Amino acid sequence: MRKLAIRGLGVTYRRDAEEITALTGVDLDLEDGERLAIIGESGSGKSTLARAICGLLPAGTQIVGSIDWPSLRRAPVNGRDVGYVFQDPSASLDPVMTIGKQIAEVARTHRGATWQQSFALAEELAGRVRLPDPASILKAFPHQLSGGQKQRIAIAAAIAGKPGLLIADEATSALDTIVQAEIMALVKQLVAEDGMSLLFISHDIALASQIADRIAVFRDGRLIEVGPAESLLTAPRTPYTRLLLDAHLGLDTTKPWHSGGGAASARAGPP
Amino acid sequence: MIAVHRFLRSPEGLAGAGLLLIFAILALSAPFFFPRDPLSIAGPALIGPFQDWSLPLGTDRLGRDVLAGILHGARTSLTVGIAAAAAAIAFGAIVGTLAGFAGGLMDEALMRITEAFQTVPGFLLALAFVSVVGPSLAAVVIAIALAAWTGPARVARAEVLSIRERDYVASARVAGMHPLAIAFREVLPNALPPVLALSSVIVAQAILIEAALSFLGLGDPNRVTWGGMIAEGRAVLRSAPYLSIFPGIALVLTVLGVYLAGEATVEASAVRKGIA
Repeated sequence: MRKLAIRGLGVTYRRDAEEITALTGVDLDLEDGERLAIIGESGSGKSTLARAICGLLPAGTQIVGSIDWPSLRRAPVNGRDVGYVFQDPSASLDPVMTIGKQIAEVARTHRGATWQQSFALAEELAGRVRLPDPASILKAFPHQLSGGQKQRIAIAAAIAGKPGLLIADEATSALDTIVQAEIMALVKQLVAEDGMSLLFISHDIALASQIADRIAVFRDGRLIEVGPAESLLTAPRTPYTRLLLDAHLGLDTTKPWHSGGGAASARAGPP
Repeated sequence: MIAVHRFLRSPEGLAGAGLLLIFAILALSAPFFFPRDPLSIAGPALIGPFQDWSLPLGTDRLGRDVLAGILHGARTSLTVGIAAAAAAIAFGAIVGTLAGFAGGLMDEALMRITEAFQTVPGFLLALAFVSVVGPSLAAVVIAIALAAWTGPARVARAEVLSIRERDYVASARVAGMHPLAIAFREVLPNALPPVLALSSVIVAQAILIEAALSFLGLGDPNRVTWGGMIAEGRAVLRSAPYLSIFPGIALVLTVLGVYLAGEATVEASAVRKGIA
Protein backbone atom coordinates (compact mmCIF):
# COMPACT_ATOMS: atom_id res chain seq x y z
CA MET A 1 0.00 0.00 0.00
CA ARG A 2 1.16 3.50 -0.67
CA LYS A 3 1.82 5.65 2.39
CA LEU A 4 2.33 9.03 0.77
CA ALA A 5 1.53 10.39 -2.66
CA ILE A 6 2.90 13.84 -3.37
CA ARG A 7 1.74 15.41 -6.63
CA GLY A 8 2.89 18.70 -8.11
CA LEU A 9 3.91 20.10 -4.75
CA GLY A 10 5.10 23.68 -4.80
CA VAL A 11 5.92 25.83 -1.79
CA THR A 12 6.51 29.57 -1.85
CA TYR A 13 7.55 31.44 1.27
CA ARG A 14 6.46 35.02 1.56
CA ARG A 15 8.61 37.41 3.51
CA ASP A 16 7.28 40.98 3.43
CA ALA A 17 6.58 41.61 -0.24
CA GLU A 18 9.23 39.19 -1.44
CA GLU A 19 8.37 35.70 -2.63
CA ILE A 20 10.88 32.89 -2.30
CA THR A 21 10.15 29.65 -4.09
CA ALA A 22 11.36 26.69 -2.05
CA LEU A 23 9.81 23.78 -3.98
CA THR A 24 8.38 23.44 -7.48
CA GLY A 25 6.51 20.57 -9.11
CA VAL A 26 7.58 17.75 -6.82
CA ASP A 27 6.08 14.32 -7.52
CA LEU A 28 7.08 11.65 -5.05
CA ASP A 29 5.66 8.42 -3.65
CA LEU A 30 6.45 6.59 -0.46
CA GLU A 31 5.36 2.98 0.07
CA ASP A 32 4.43 1.43 3.40
CA GLY A 33 7.58 0.30 5.17
CA GLU A 34 9.83 1.91 2.59
CA ARG A 35 12.94 3.86 3.52
CA LEU A 36 13.38 6.89 1.29
CA ALA A 37 16.30 9.29 1.55
CA ILE A 38 16.07 12.90 0.42
CA ILE A 39 19.45 14.29 -0.56
CA GLY A 40 20.42 17.82 -1.39
CA GLU A 41 22.57 20.73 -0.36
CA SER A 42 21.23 23.33 2.04
CA GLY A 43 18.55 25.47 0.45
CA SER A 44 17.53 22.68 -1.93
CA GLY A 45 14.10 22.42 -0.31
CA LYS A 46 14.48 19.07 1.42
CA SER A 47 13.50 20.36 4.87
CA THR A 48 10.65 22.34 3.33
CA LEU A 49 9.33 19.07 1.93
CA ALA A 50 9.46 17.44 5.36
CA ARG A 51 7.81 20.44 7.01
CA ALA A 52 5.11 20.55 4.31
CA ILE A 53 4.26 16.91 5.03
CA CYS A 54 3.53 17.64 8.68
CA GLY A 55 2.06 21.08 8.21
CA LEU A 56 4.89 22.90 9.95
CA LEU A 57 5.28 25.62 7.35
CA PRO A 58 4.83 29.17 8.67
CA ALA A 59 1.47 30.88 8.22
CA GLY A 60 1.13 32.72 4.93
CA THR A 61 3.15 30.20 2.96
CA GLN A 62 1.68 29.39 -0.44
CA ILE A 63 1.28 25.68 -1.09
CA VAL A 64 0.12 24.18 -4.39
CA GLY A 65 -0.29 20.55 -5.38
CA SER A 66 -1.34 17.77 -3.06
CA ILE A 67 0.00 15.50 -0.32
CA ASP A 68 -2.23 12.45 0.01
CA TRP A 69 -2.18 9.58 2.47
CA PRO A 70 -3.84 6.77 0.48
CA SER A 71 -3.54 4.19 3.26
CA LEU A 72 -5.12 6.44 5.90
CA ARG A 73 -8.56 7.41 4.50
CA ARG A 74 -8.57 10.40 6.92
CA ALA A 75 -6.54 13.52 7.54
CA PRO A 76 -3.16 12.67 9.06
CA VAL A 77 -2.59 13.57 12.71
CA ASN A 78 0.86 14.72 13.75
CA GLY A 79 2.38 12.42 16.34
CA ARG A 80 -0.02 9.55 15.59
CA ASP A 81 0.77 9.29 11.88
CA VAL A 82 4.04 11.18 11.62
CA GLY A 83 6.98 11.25 13.98
CA TYR A 84 9.61 13.93 13.43
CA VAL A 85 13.22 13.93 14.60
CA PHE A 86 14.94 17.30 14.33
CA GLN A 87 18.54 18.07 13.53
CA ASP A 88 19.72 19.57 16.80
CA PRO A 89 18.67 17.52 19.82
CA SER A 90 19.65 20.28 22.25
CA ALA A 91 17.16 22.61 20.60
CA SER A 92 14.33 20.16 20.00
CA LEU A 93 13.79 19.20 23.65
CA ASP A 94 12.10 21.59 26.08
CA PRO A 95 14.84 22.70 28.51
CA VAL A 96 12.51 23.05 31.50
CA MET A 97 10.59 19.77 31.20
CA THR A 98 11.87 16.40 32.35
CA ILE A 99 12.73 13.81 29.69
CA GLY A 100 10.09 11.41 30.95
CA LYS A 101 7.36 14.02 30.75
CA GLN A 102 8.28 14.94 27.18
CA ILE A 103 7.98 11.35 26.00
CA ALA A 104 4.92 10.63 28.13
CA GLU A 105 3.21 13.74 26.78
CA VAL A 106 3.15 12.30 23.26
CA ALA A 107 1.99 8.89 24.46
CA ARG A 108 -0.77 10.47 26.52
CA THR A 109 -1.96 12.66 23.63
CA HIS A 110 -2.20 9.83 21.11
CA ARG A 111 -2.74 6.60 22.93
CA GLY A 112 -5.37 7.91 25.34
CA ALA A 113 -3.34 6.54 28.25
CA THR A 114 -3.26 7.90 31.80
CA TRP A 115 -0.16 9.70 33.03
CA GLN A 116 0.91 6.58 34.89
CA GLN A 117 0.58 4.34 31.82
CA SER A 118 2.33 6.99 29.74
CA PHE A 119 5.29 7.10 32.09
CA ALA A 120 5.52 3.31 32.03
CA LEU A 121 5.48 3.51 28.25
CA ALA A 122 8.13 6.23 28.30
CA GLU A 123 10.36 3.95 30.35
CA GLU A 124 9.81 1.12 27.90
CA LEU A 125 10.63 3.45 24.98
CA ALA A 126 13.77 4.73 26.72
CA GLY A 127 14.83 1.09 26.95
CA ARG A 128 14.04 0.54 23.27
CA VAL A 129 16.27 3.45 22.20
CA ARG A 130 18.91 1.79 24.40
CA LEU A 131 19.38 4.45 27.05
CA PRO A 132 21.15 3.15 30.13
CA ASP A 133 19.08 3.09 33.35
CA PRO A 134 15.81 4.39 31.83
CA ALA A 135 14.05 4.91 35.17
CA SER A 136 16.54 7.49 36.41
CA ILE A 137 17.21 9.13 33.04
CA LEU A 138 13.50 9.92 32.69
CA LYS A 139 13.74 12.18 35.73
CA ALA A 140 16.62 14.16 34.19
CA PHE A 141 16.43 17.45 32.29
CA PRO A 142 17.86 17.71 28.74
CA HIS A 143 20.96 19.69 29.77
CA GLN A 144 22.09 16.78 31.95
CA LEU A 145 22.43 14.44 28.95
CA SER A 146 24.91 14.13 26.10
CA GLY A 147 24.03 14.97 22.50
CA GLY A 148 23.64 11.35 21.50
CA GLN A 149 21.45 10.60 24.50
CA LYS A 150 19.29 13.63 23.72
CA GLN A 151 18.82 12.45 20.14
CA ARG A 152 17.79 9.02 21.44
CA ILE A 153 15.22 10.77 23.64
CA ALA A 154 13.98 12.78 20.65
CA ILE A 155 13.59 9.52 18.70
CA ALA A 156 11.76 7.90 21.61
CA ALA A 157 9.36 10.88 21.71
CA ALA A 158 8.88 10.73 17.94
CA ILE A 159 7.84 7.07 17.97
CA ALA A 160 5.80 7.30 21.19
CA GLY A 161 2.58 7.84 19.23
CA LYS A 162 3.26 4.73 17.11
CA PRO A 163 3.41 6.71 13.84
CA GLY A 164 3.40 5.01 10.45
CA LEU A 165 5.94 7.45 9.09
CA LEU A 166 9.14 8.62 10.73
CA ILE A 167 10.81 11.74 9.37
CA ALA A 168 14.45 12.21 10.32
CA ASP A 169 15.46 15.72 9.28
CA GLU A 170 19.28 15.76 9.33
CA ALA A 171 18.87 13.79 12.53
CA THR A 172 22.54 12.84 12.81
CA SER A 173 24.21 16.00 11.48
CA ALA A 174 24.82 17.51 14.90
CA LEU A 175 26.51 14.36 16.22
CA ASP A 176 30.02 13.00 15.90
CA THR A 177 30.65 10.11 13.52
CA ILE A 178 30.63 7.32 16.11
CA VAL A 179 27.39 8.45 17.74
CA GLN A 180 26.05 9.05 14.24
CA ALA A 181 26.62 5.40 13.33
CA GLU A 182 24.88 4.27 16.53
CA ILE A 183 21.86 6.49 15.87
CA MET A 184 21.67 5.25 12.26
CA ALA A 185 21.66 1.64 13.45
CA LEU A 186 18.99 2.48 16.02
CA VAL A 187 16.72 4.21 13.50
CA LYS A 188 17.14 1.31 11.08
CA GLN A 189 16.21 -1.19 13.77
CA LEU A 190 13.20 0.76 15.07
CA VAL A 191 11.85 1.30 11.56
CA ALA A 192 12.16 -2.42 10.84
CA GLU A 193 10.63 -3.49 14.16
CA ASP A 194 7.60 -1.19 13.95
CA GLY A 195 7.16 -1.47 10.19
CA MET A 196 7.36 2.31 9.81
CA SER A 197 8.10 4.16 6.60
CA LEU A 198 11.16 6.36 6.88
CA LEU A 199 11.87 9.69 5.26
CA PHE A 200 15.57 10.26 5.86
CA ILE A 201 16.67 13.78 5.02
CA SER A 202 20.38 14.39 4.72
CA HIS A 203 23.06 16.28 2.83
CA ASP A 204 25.29 13.22 3.05
CA ILE A 205 24.68 10.82 0.18
CA ALA A 206 26.92 8.10 1.60
CA LEU A 207 25.12 8.15 4.95
CA ALA A 208 21.77 8.04 3.20
CA SER A 209 22.81 5.06 1.10
CA GLN A 210 23.44 3.06 4.29
CA ILE A 211 19.82 3.26 5.32
CA ALA A 212 17.65 3.97 2.29
CA ASP A 213 15.94 1.70 -0.21
CA ARG A 214 15.47 4.61 -2.56
CA ILE A 215 17.18 7.98 -2.86
CA ALA A 216 15.69 11.22 -4.16
CA VAL A 217 18.04 14.05 -5.09
CA PHE A 218 16.85 17.65 -4.75
CA ARG A 219 18.40 20.75 -6.19
CA ASP A 220 17.07 24.31 -6.11
CA GLY A 221 13.61 23.18 -5.04
CA ARG A 222 13.25 20.54 -7.76
CA LEU A 223 13.39 16.78 -7.61
CA ILE A 224 16.05 15.99 -10.19
CA GLU A 225 16.56 12.27 -9.76
CA VAL A 226 14.97 9.43 -7.85
CA GLY A 227 15.81 5.75 -7.94
CA PRO A 228 16.85 2.67 -5.97
CA ALA A 229 19.86 3.45 -3.78
CA GLU A 230 22.03 0.85 -5.46
CA SER A 231 21.57 2.01 -9.03
CA LEU A 232 21.67 5.69 -8.13
CA LEU A 233 25.04 5.23 -6.48
CA THR A 234 26.61 3.12 -9.18
CA ALA A 235 25.04 4.75 -12.21
CA PRO A 236 23.79 8.27 -11.49
CA ARG A 237 21.75 9.67 -14.37
CA THR A 238 22.35 13.36 -13.76
CA PRO A 239 25.69 15.16 -13.59
CA TYR A 240 24.66 16.79 -10.31
CA THR A 241 24.28 13.44 -8.58
CA ARG A 242 27.67 12.41 -9.89
CA LEU A 243 29.05 15.66 -8.49
CA LEU A 244 27.52 14.86 -5.09
CA LEU A 245 29.03 11.40 -5.15
CA ASP A 246 32.46 12.72 -6.12
CA ALA A 247 32.30 15.41 -3.47
CA HIS A 248 31.93 12.79 -0.80
CA LEU A 249 35.14 11.75 0.87
CA GLY A 250 34.42 9.36 3.70
CA LEU A 251 36.72 7.67 6.15
CA ASP A 252 36.11 4.46 4.23
CA THR A 253 37.03 5.95 0.85
CA THR A 254 39.57 3.69 -0.75
CA LYS A 255 40.23 6.04 -3.64
CA PRO A 256 43.90 7.09 -3.55
CA TRP A 257 44.52 10.76 -2.94
CA HIS A 258 45.14 12.15 -6.35
CA SER A 259 47.09 15.34 -6.27
CA GLY A 260 46.07 17.72 -9.00
CA GLY A 261 49.44 19.43 -8.67
CA GLY A 262 49.98 23.07 -7.78
CA ALA A 263 50.52 24.89 -4.52
CA ALA A 264 46.90 24.79 -3.37
CA SER A 265 46.61 21.01 -3.22
CA ALA A 266 50.05 20.66 -1.71
CA ARG A 267 49.06 22.98 1.10
CA ALA A 268 45.83 21.11 1.63
CA GLY A 269 47.80 17.97 2.45
CA PRO A 270 46.48 14.43 2.79
CA PRO A 271 42.97 13.96 4.26
CA MET B 1 23.58 27.01 43.99
CA ILE B 2 26.25 29.32 42.59
CA ALA B 3 23.58 31.97 42.16
CA VAL B 4 22.47 31.64 45.78
CA HIS B 5 26.08 31.91 46.90
CA ARG B 6 26.64 35.01 44.80
CA PHE B 7 23.40 36.52 46.06
CA LEU B 8 24.49 36.12 49.67
CA ARG B 9 27.98 37.45 48.98
CA SER B 10 26.78 40.72 47.43
CA PRO B 11 26.23 43.45 50.07
CA GLU B 12 22.90 44.57 48.58
CA GLY B 13 21.63 41.01 48.50
CA LEU B 14 22.57 40.46 52.13
CA ALA B 15 21.08 43.79 53.25
CA GLY B 16 17.89 43.31 51.26
CA ALA B 17 17.38 39.72 52.37
CA GLY B 18 18.11 40.74 55.97
CA LEU B 19 15.56 43.57 55.93
CA LEU B 20 12.90 41.40 54.32
CA LEU B 21 13.57 38.58 56.74
CA ILE B 22 13.20 40.94 59.72
CA PHE B 23 9.90 42.32 58.44
CA ALA B 24 8.64 38.85 57.53
CA ILE B 25 9.43 37.62 61.07
CA LEU B 26 7.79 40.72 62.58
CA ALA B 27 4.70 40.20 60.42
CA LEU B 28 4.47 36.51 61.26
CA SER B 29 5.03 37.04 64.98
CA ALA B 30 2.58 39.96 65.34
CA PRO B 31 -0.31 37.81 66.68
CA PHE B 32 2.02 36.25 69.31
CA PHE B 33 3.41 39.54 70.65
CA PHE B 34 0.19 41.48 70.27
CA PRO B 35 -2.70 39.04 70.36
CA ARG B 36 -5.17 41.87 70.95
CA ASP B 37 -6.74 43.81 68.10
CA PRO B 38 -4.14 46.48 67.19
CA LEU B 39 -7.04 48.88 66.69
CA SER B 40 -8.11 48.57 70.34
CA ILE B 41 -7.13 51.06 73.02
CA ALA B 42 -4.00 49.98 74.91
CA GLY B 43 -3.31 52.92 77.21
CA PRO B 44 -3.52 56.70 77.60
CA ALA B 45 -3.42 58.75 74.41
CA LEU B 46 -0.26 60.27 72.93
CA ILE B 47 2.44 58.65 75.07
CA GLY B 48 5.78 59.48 73.44
CA PRO B 49 8.15 56.75 72.32
CA PHE B 50 10.61 55.17 74.78
CA GLN B 51 8.72 56.52 77.85
CA ASP B 52 6.60 53.59 78.91
CA TRP B 53 8.36 50.28 78.23
CA SER B 54 5.11 48.37 78.07
CA LEU B 55 4.31 50.59 75.05
CA PRO B 56 7.83 51.08 73.56
CA LEU B 57 6.86 53.25 70.61
CA GLY B 58 4.10 55.08 72.46
CA THR B 59 0.43 55.48 71.59
CA ASP B 60 -1.56 57.51 69.09
CA ARG B 61 -4.39 60.01 69.58
CA LEU B 62 -6.80 57.26 70.61
CA GLY B 63 -4.35 55.43 72.85
CA ARG B 64 -3.57 52.63 70.40
CA ASP B 65 -0.19 50.90 70.60
CA VAL B 66 2.08 52.15 67.76
CA LEU B 67 4.42 49.13 67.84
CA ALA B 68 1.46 46.74 67.59
CA GLY B 69 0.22 48.81 64.65
CA ILE B 70 3.56 48.59 62.88
CA LEU B 71 3.83 44.83 63.36
CA HIS B 72 0.28 44.19 62.21
CA GLY B 73 0.75 46.73 59.42
CA ALA B 74 3.68 44.69 58.14
CA ARG B 75 1.24 41.81 57.60
CA THR B 76 -1.01 43.96 55.45
CA SER B 77 1.82 45.55 53.47
CA LEU B 78 3.61 42.29 52.71
CA THR B 79 0.39 40.38 51.95
CA VAL B 80 -0.88 43.03 49.59
CA GLY B 81 2.53 43.50 47.98
CA ILE B 82 3.11 39.81 47.30
CA ALA B 83 -0.49 38.96 46.36
CA ALA B 84 -0.81 41.91 43.99
CA ALA B 85 2.54 41.18 42.34
CA ALA B 86 1.68 37.48 41.97
CA ALA B 87 -1.70 38.34 40.44
CA ALA B 88 -0.18 40.93 38.10
CA ILE B 89 2.58 38.58 36.93
CA ALA B 90 0.26 35.61 36.49
CA PHE B 91 -2.32 37.59 34.53
CA GLY B 92 0.30 39.51 32.54
CA ALA B 93 2.23 36.34 31.66
CA ILE B 94 -0.94 34.59 30.46
CA VAL B 95 -2.03 37.55 28.31
CA GLY B 96 1.49 37.99 26.93
CA THR B 97 1.82 34.28 26.11
CA LEU B 98 -1.54 34.15 24.34
CA ALA B 99 -0.76 37.29 22.35
CA GLY B 100 2.74 36.22 21.38
CA PHE B 101 1.88 32.61 20.62
CA ALA B 102 -1.38 33.16 18.74
CA GLY B 103 -0.10 36.13 16.75
CA GLY B 104 -2.27 37.86 14.15
CA LEU B 105 -5.58 39.37 15.19
CA MET B 106 -5.47 37.97 18.74
CA ASP B 107 -2.04 39.54 19.27
CA GLU B 108 -3.22 42.89 17.92
CA ALA B 109 -6.35 42.90 20.08
CA LEU B 110 -4.61 41.88 23.31
CA MET B 111 -1.73 44.30 22.85
CA ARG B 112 -4.09 47.22 22.11
CA ILE B 113 -5.94 46.42 25.34
CA THR B 114 -2.60 46.31 27.16
CA GLU B 115 -1.68 49.69 25.72
CA ALA B 116 -5.04 51.12 26.74
CA PHE B 117 -4.27 50.09 30.32
CA GLN B 118 -0.77 51.53 30.08
CA THR B 119 -1.99 54.97 29.04
CA VAL B 120 -3.94 55.35 32.31
CA PRO B 121 -1.63 56.11 35.26
CA GLY B 122 -1.57 53.02 37.46
CA PHE B 123 -2.32 54.80 40.70
CA LEU B 124 -5.37 56.59 39.27
CA LEU B 125 -6.68 53.28 37.95
CA ALA B 126 -6.27 51.68 41.38
CA LEU B 127 -7.89 54.69 43.04
CA ALA B 128 -10.86 54.59 40.67
CA PHE B 129 -11.28 50.83 41.08
CA VAL B 130 -11.24 50.87 44.88
CA SER B 131 -13.59 53.85 45.11
CA VAL B 132 -16.08 52.02 42.87
CA VAL B 133 -15.80 48.54 44.40
CA GLY B 134 -15.32 49.65 47.99
CA PRO B 135 -12.31 49.28 50.26
CA SER B 136 -11.40 45.69 51.15
CA LEU B 137 -8.15 43.75 51.05
CA ALA B 138 -9.19 41.82 47.91
CA ALA B 139 -10.26 45.01 46.13
CA VAL B 140 -6.92 46.67 46.93
CA VAL B 141 -5.00 43.63 45.61
CA ILE B 142 -7.04 43.53 42.39
CA ALA B 143 -6.73 47.30 41.96
CA ILE B 144 -2.94 47.17 42.22
CA ALA B 145 -2.70 44.13 39.94
CA LEU B 146 -4.86 46.00 37.42
CA ALA B 147 -2.31 48.80 37.43
CA ALA B 148 0.74 46.55 37.18
CA TRP B 149 -0.03 43.64 34.79
CA THR B 150 0.93 45.42 31.58
CA GLY B 151 4.70 45.26 32.20
CA PRO B 152 4.79 41.47 32.62
CA ALA B 153 2.45 41.08 29.63
CA ARG B 154 4.76 43.00 27.29
CA VAL B 155 7.91 41.26 28.51
CA ALA B 156 6.26 37.82 28.26
CA ARG B 157 5.03 38.54 24.72
CA ALA B 158 8.49 39.64 23.56
CA GLU B 159 10.02 36.49 25.01
CA VAL B 160 7.32 34.22 23.55
CA LEU B 161 7.86 35.69 20.08
CA SER B 162 11.40 34.30 20.12
CA ILE B 163 10.56 31.03 21.91
CA ARG B 164 7.72 30.05 19.56
CA GLU B 165 10.24 29.74 16.72
CA ARG B 166 12.42 27.25 18.63
CA ASP B 167 12.70 23.64 17.58
CA TYR B 168 11.11 22.23 20.71
CA VAL B 169 7.93 24.13 19.95
CA ALA B 170 7.96 22.78 16.39
CA SER B 171 8.63 19.36 17.87
CA ALA B 172 5.62 19.73 20.18
CA ARG B 173 3.50 20.71 17.17
CA VAL B 174 4.73 17.71 15.25
CA ALA B 175 3.94 15.54 18.27
CA GLY B 176 0.34 16.70 17.87
CA MET B 177 0.01 18.62 21.14
CA HIS B 178 -2.91 21.06 21.42
CA PRO B 179 -1.81 24.67 20.76
CA LEU B 180 -2.97 25.78 24.20
CA ALA B 181 -1.00 22.94 25.80
CA ILE B 182 2.06 24.03 23.82
CA ALA B 183 1.56 27.67 24.85
CA PHE B 184 1.20 27.00 28.56
CA ARG B 185 3.28 23.86 29.09
CA GLU B 186 6.19 24.43 26.70
CA VAL B 187 6.38 28.15 25.93
CA LEU B 188 5.27 29.90 29.12
CA PRO B 189 7.70 28.14 31.53
CA ASN B 190 10.58 29.09 29.24
CA ALA B 191 9.42 32.70 28.98
CA LEU B 192 9.13 33.19 32.74
CA PRO B 193 12.65 34.20 33.93
CA PRO B 194 12.70 37.76 32.50
CA VAL B 195 9.10 38.23 33.64
CA LEU B 196 9.98 37.17 37.19
CA ALA B 197 12.83 39.67 37.17
CA LEU B 198 10.12 42.34 37.23
CA SER B 199 8.63 40.96 40.43
CA SER B 200 10.70 42.98 42.90
CA VAL B 201 9.81 46.26 41.22
CA ILE B 202 6.14 45.28 41.18
CA VAL B 203 6.13 44.19 44.84
CA ALA B 204 7.76 47.47 45.91
CA GLN B 205 5.36 49.45 43.74
CA ALA B 206 2.40 47.51 45.16
CA ILE B 207 3.44 48.21 48.77
CA LEU B 208 3.69 51.91 48.00
CA ILE B 209 0.36 52.04 46.16
CA GLU B 210 -1.29 50.20 49.05
CA ALA B 211 0.18 52.72 51.51
CA ALA B 212 -0.99 55.61 49.34
CA LEU B 213 -4.51 54.18 49.05
CA SER B 214 -4.67 53.71 52.83
CA PHE B 215 -3.33 57.22 53.34
CA LEU B 216 -6.26 58.49 51.29
CA GLY B 217 -8.62 56.40 53.40
CA LEU B 218 -9.26 53.77 50.73
CA GLY B 219 -7.58 50.87 52.53
CA ASP B 220 -9.42 48.10 54.33
CA PRO B 221 -10.81 49.93 57.40
CA ASN B 222 -10.65 46.76 59.55
CA ARG B 223 -6.92 46.38 59.15
CA VAL B 224 -4.02 48.43 60.39
CA THR B 225 -1.92 49.75 57.52
CA TRP B 226 1.18 51.88 57.52
CA GLY B 227 -0.38 54.34 55.12
CA GLY B 228 -3.39 54.63 57.40
CA MET B 229 -1.13 55.21 60.43
CA ILE B 230 0.74 57.98 58.64
CA ALA B 231 -2.57 59.60 57.72
CA GLU B 232 -3.75 59.37 61.35
CA GLY B 233 -0.55 61.02 62.56
CA ARG B 234 -0.85 63.86 60.10
CA ALA B 235 -3.36 65.71 62.34
CA VAL B 236 -0.81 65.92 65.17
CA LEU B 237 2.28 66.22 63.01
CA ARG B 238 3.70 69.15 65.05
CA SER B 239 3.13 67.77 68.54
CA ALA B 240 3.66 64.03 67.87
CA PRO B 241 5.62 63.58 64.61
CA TYR B 242 6.70 60.06 65.66
CA LEU B 243 3.19 58.82 64.81
CA SER B 244 3.96 59.42 61.13
CA ILE B 245 7.70 58.83 61.29
CA PHE B 246 7.71 55.25 62.64
CA PRO B 247 5.36 53.75 60.04
CA GLY B 248 7.17 55.87 57.43
CA ILE B 249 10.51 54.30 58.38
CA ALA B 250 8.95 50.82 58.28
CA LEU B 251 7.62 51.55 54.78
CA VAL B 252 10.96 52.87 53.52
CA LEU B 253 12.90 49.90 54.92
CA THR B 254 10.49 47.33 53.46
CA VAL B 255 10.53 48.85 49.97
CA LEU B 256 14.30 49.23 50.17
CA GLY B 257 14.64 45.58 51.23
CA VAL B 258 12.48 44.41 48.32
CA TYR B 259 14.43 46.52 45.82
CA LEU B 260 17.85 45.42 47.08
CA ALA B 261 16.93 41.75 47.20
CA GLY B 262 15.37 41.94 43.73
CA GLU B 263 18.37 43.75 42.31
CA ALA B 264 20.78 41.19 43.78
CA THR B 265 18.67 38.29 42.46
CA VAL B 266 18.74 39.65 38.91
CA GLU B 267 22.46 40.31 39.22
CA ALA B 268 23.22 36.84 40.59
CA SER B 269 21.21 35.05 37.89
CA ALA B 270 22.78 37.22 35.18
CA VAL B 271 26.24 36.22 36.35
CA ARG B 272 25.20 32.58 36.34
CA LYS B 273 24.05 32.91 32.72
CA GLY B 274 27.33 34.61 31.86
CA ILE B 275 29.25 31.57 33.06
CA ALA B 276 27.07 28.97 31.33
